[in-house]
Amino acid sequence: MNFLFDGCALTGLLTVLPSHERSFVDEMANFNFPLKRSLKLKEVMGYDRHRIVQGPVCASDLVCFGLEHLFSHGLLEKDGFDALVLVTQSPDHFIPPTSNVVQGRLGLKQDLLCMDINQGCAGFLIGLFQAFLLLGQPSVRRVVLANVDLLSRKVSPRDRNSYPLIGDAASIAILERQKGAAPIHMNLKMDGTRREALMIPAGGFRQPSSPETAIESEDAEGNFRAPDNLVMDGSAVFNFVQVEVPPMIESLLETAGRSLDEVDAFLFHQPNRFMLEKLADKIGLPRAKMPSNIVEHFGNSSGVTIPLALAFNLREQVLHERIRACLGGFGVGLTWASMLMEIGPLGFCDLIDFQ
Amino acid sequence: MTPLLEILQDIRPECDFSASEDFLADGLLDSMDMVTLVSDLDRTFGISIDGLDIIPEHFANLRTIELLLEKYGVKA
Repeated sequence: MNFLFDGCALTGLLTVLPSHERSFVDEMANFNFPLKRSLKLKEVMGYDRHRIVQGPVCASDLVCFGLEHLFSHGLLEKDGFDALVLVTQSPDHFIPPTSNVVQGRLGLKQDLLCMDINQGCAGFLIGLFQAFLLLGQPSVRRVVLANVDLLSRKVSPRDRNSYPLIGDAASIAILERQKGAAPIHMNLKMDGTRREALMIPAGGFRQPSSPETAIESEDAEGNFRAPDNLVMDGSAVFNFVQVEVPPMIESLLETAGRSLDEVDAFLFHQPNRFMLEKLADKIGLPRAKMPSNIVEHFGNSSGVTIPLALAFNLREQVLHERIRACLGGFGVGLTWASMLMEIGPLGFCDLIDFQ
Repeated sequence: MTPLLEILQDIRPECDFSASEDFLADGLLDSMDMVTLVSDLDRTFGISIDGLDIIPEHFANLRTIELLLEKYGVKA
């Protein structure tokens, strides 16, 4: 499906990272693989450091921390937004929505639309989509989009295929109406028949958590995980990305009437460096135009990797000038989406540590 | 030893790759080793194996890998 938005813009961006950092080298002993094989994998996939929460930290903790930072630094008025869209796969509770938890904890106004969206790797784009739709309402002047995931709490530390790449983080994006803003093009596809490629089998109503669902077993490749943990069919996900994403980008640019050369940066979800480099080659992009350094510095924080890639790699640029960026998200669902938009100059673009 | 066999032995020194017809089924390589192998082949032969070619069938044994490399103009 194709979508078009007019008169909307990203005006500020904050990312919140847990201060606790772990290194792949320190964790290698947890995995059921010889040291040398793990080290080779580190080099290829870009596993190095990742930020993960310690203890019972929840999604609302990171989002409240980030919003309080914005309030206290005068970057956002406490009653200066009309909707809070929160995208997460790791909510504080099943009920109520985490956006309402944030509203209540921070004492936000009642005249505020709070909305949770359960989305993963494409969650930043799905959140932007929802924010832009809301900005079409006369009563909505500004939307806060919070993306947050703490999936380290759901990944087995003995799963070498998933644990080294996982990261926790939140981002808070401010979306506003802006006269004369360039049109924003988006396309989106979903395929629920492949939903099991990325999944946490237990813990919902279909298979409630129990002592049995916490018992780890070994898979064919020597990883240990339980039904309570995230399981990823890495080969299926890799193939999905290589098959679906290049034509999606081609279609987006064709619809927008733009060429690859006219795009300043390709900010894609970052599962690992290898997958992104293969994707860049397949699309025909210089690898430098597609940053792939988020996993090695912070880990894969699901829907947060795109805003994090923007803040970490292009902060100075988007604070002072306007760039044309192509965003791409793909994963859980399965979902794949892309967006072509102009970004900058932003009012703020910061990374802060959650203490 | 051919460059291909050297690369494979470097990934799994304890395995005899010439004795297997199905590296994945026989446990000589797993999906992550396949990623490492592709990266090593790309670097050694100065190619970029297309993501769509990174499927188990192409990495089943020495012959299938050689056929894949031939597609990229490499005689391993």
